[in-house]
Amino acid sequence: MTNPIPDTSRRRLLFGGTAIAAGALLTACTSNEQTPTPAQTKGADDTNPNAAAGKAVTIGFSAPAADHGWIAAITNNAKAQAGAYKDVTFKQVEAGKDAAAQRAALDTLIAEKPDVIVLLPHDGKELNAFGLKAMEAGIPVVNLDRAFPDALAYRLQIKGDNYGMGVAAGHYIGKALKAKNVASPIIGEIAGMDELELTQERSAGFKAALATYGFAVANRRAARFTADSGQKEAQNLLQALPKIDAVWNHDDDQGIGVLAAITAANRSEFFMVGGAGSKKAIEDIAADKTVLKATVTYSPSMASSAISLARLIAQGRGMSDLVELQVPKEVILASETITKENASTYLKLGF
Amino acid sequence: MSVSSEQKVEHEVAGPAPHAAPAAAGTSWWKDEAQEPLRRNLGLVGVLLALFAIGAYIRPDLYSDADWVVNNIMVILTQAAAIGVVTVGMTFVIIGGGIDLSVGALIALSGVWATTLATQSFGPVGMIFTAVAVGIGAGLVNGALIAYGRLVPFIATLAMLVAARGLAAQISGKQTQISADQFINSLATTRIGGIPLLVIILLVVAGLGWVLLNRTTFGRRTVAIGGNAEAARLAGINVRGHTMLLYALSGLCCGIAAIMLTSLATSSQAAAAELYELDAIAAAIIGGTLLSGGRGTIVGSLFGVIVFSAITNLFAIANLPTEVQNMVKGAIIVVAVLLQQVRFSSITQFARRHGLTRAKPQT
Repeated sequence: MTNPIPDTSRRRLLFGGTAIAAGALLTACTSNEQTPTPAQTKGADDTNPNAAAGKAVTIGFSAPAADHGWIAAITNNAKAQAGAYKDVTFKQVEAGKDAAAQRAALDTLIAEKPDVIVLLPHDGKELNAFGLKAMEAGIPVVNLDRAFPDALAYRLQIKGDNYGMGVAAGHYIGKALKAKNVASPIIGEIAGMDELELTQERSAGFKAALATYGFAVANRRAARFTADSGQKEAQNLLQALPKIDAVWNHDDDQGIGVLAAITAANRSEFFMVGGAGSKKAIEDIAADKTVLKATVTYSPSMASSAISLARLIAQGRGMSDLVELQVPKEVILASETITKENASTYLKLGF
Repeated sequence: MSVSSEQKVEHEVAGPAPHAAPAAAGTSWWKDEAQEPLRRNLGLVGVLLALFAIGAYIRPDLYSDADWVVNNIMVILTQAAAIGVVTVGMTFVIIGGGIDLSVGALIALSGVWATTLATQSFGPVGMIFTAVAVGIGAGLVNGALIAYGRLVPFIATLAMLVAARGLAAQISGKQTQISADQFINSLATTRIGGIPLLVIILLVVAGLGWVLLNRTTFGRRTVAIGGNAEAARLAGINVRGHTMLLYALSGLCCGIAAIMLTSLATSSQAAAAELYELDAIAAAIIGGTLLSGGRGTIVGSLFGVIVFSAITNLFAIANLPTEVQNMVKGAIIVVAVLLQQVRFSSITQFARRHGLTRAKPQT
């Protein structure tokens, strides 16, 4: 600080002081402490006979580390559900950033010989060979949500119903508009990432369900499952359609941005249906203060169910309500419709 | 970094006319170059008018309503606002001979950092400060790696792209963070004199950028370094320090854009601002910024952003799918760059060879 030019010295002092203050504030700003949301688990203290402790088993688990609330909920639910059973040891491996990394991680998991592996693959087709390998090694594989093409590659397939989601949204909108006696309604659709098969299935189901009422989609925009892209596409959709009767938005996360755009444009002549069933969306539906009147589920609670079923498979038990002595090979969750009436029941499943 | 040596340079260089910088970069036929941005901007205005005409032809019902048209122009400008601010920073970096691939990731990181529950407890001032500070900080890291670590800008900012998204995902726990701050959220809906506040912010940032580029030694040095870094260094410019500041400037723009985007979406998340780096680079290029550095204008970049925003809007209004829209955008980039090459290498060389221009114009 013995600089001959006083101007520079002052600048340094100011700059240094600001930098220190900035550092202090910034490090204080990364905390996200919050009351934990109750996990979507089915407790072991039920009257369910399957809840009784059985043989001790180890469940291996792997899911991608994606930047999306839904995937985060999948991993959290699996962990929490495994924790609810005293006879389950939960062994999670990082899935890395792509299919190759996940394959490598899973290979180390096979070497540890878990009793069963629960797996949400980056891509069902690319991980198919792993499924075969694990099954040949005598480890049953539970495929979570992203199907293997080869039936030999898994013991149990549990997944959501994308086509059914579209159908549920289509029926909700169709019935509501019929009840209002709207003759030729203008329906908008804000889809998720268009290159994904699941988006195409959702849109196909929506279209088919609307067709049974004689309705069609007037304008369809594809966003990116993010709030900022949802905002942008919604803003353009509202410009393209000066009067709308109903909108289906595929994803509640991008729906935050969609709702922001609708509020900013002061539009309220229509109602909206969401998708996936996030906690925020269910709360909005219950409060009934926005255009969001319903959402169709694609619940990450399927991860909890997958762990429960994997445990039964490893213990050689069946589902107590079914006659069969073993767990079935395929479980497809129905897409449920959450409205103001049942929102309180579903709130615990929101993520 | 030696502040004092740079101070000295400033005193020396501040005196001469701003034209000294291009001369140091060793460019010839700059007079022709000086006309080029105007021609290009007129071309982009022509493209905008053409897009408007196509829209009016496809949807006469909407375009015949004057209120709707005004509102639609505001929508186009609002959607250009955040990416426009980023493009101003990007234009500086590219003119200075670099590239910043990390802008989208920096917006996500700044946005996520500014919307954690802890930051939100400091109120809007804390959120804005955090976004800007994180942007500048990450930009300085980029700059230090490139200027002092001698990493190629492409590699350094690519690494930042990956790392910043990772950090953003880590901080947010991969969740969408909702902004509960009414002041921040109201920025997107505020209008002053009928013009959205975000558009005014864009115009202010672009205006400051224009002054910085064209009316200060900082701007002239940026052009000099991008034109020929070695010549600039020999002319006494602190090339390393200056390069670092350029990336910090880009980071600052990302921080501002992060607040704008958070306000629009009332939330932020690690996957936000996806592919903004490509949009910003594309906008700068169709606006006439030379990817190899040394030339470019703020106004051209701004038009580039607005053209892309208008195309997105037009495709939505015409209900055409996104894939077609992306193909058209790609074609526009190619055509813009082809035009750039045709105008500058072939025509001027052809002209010079046939004695149509003076061999060495004034410097």
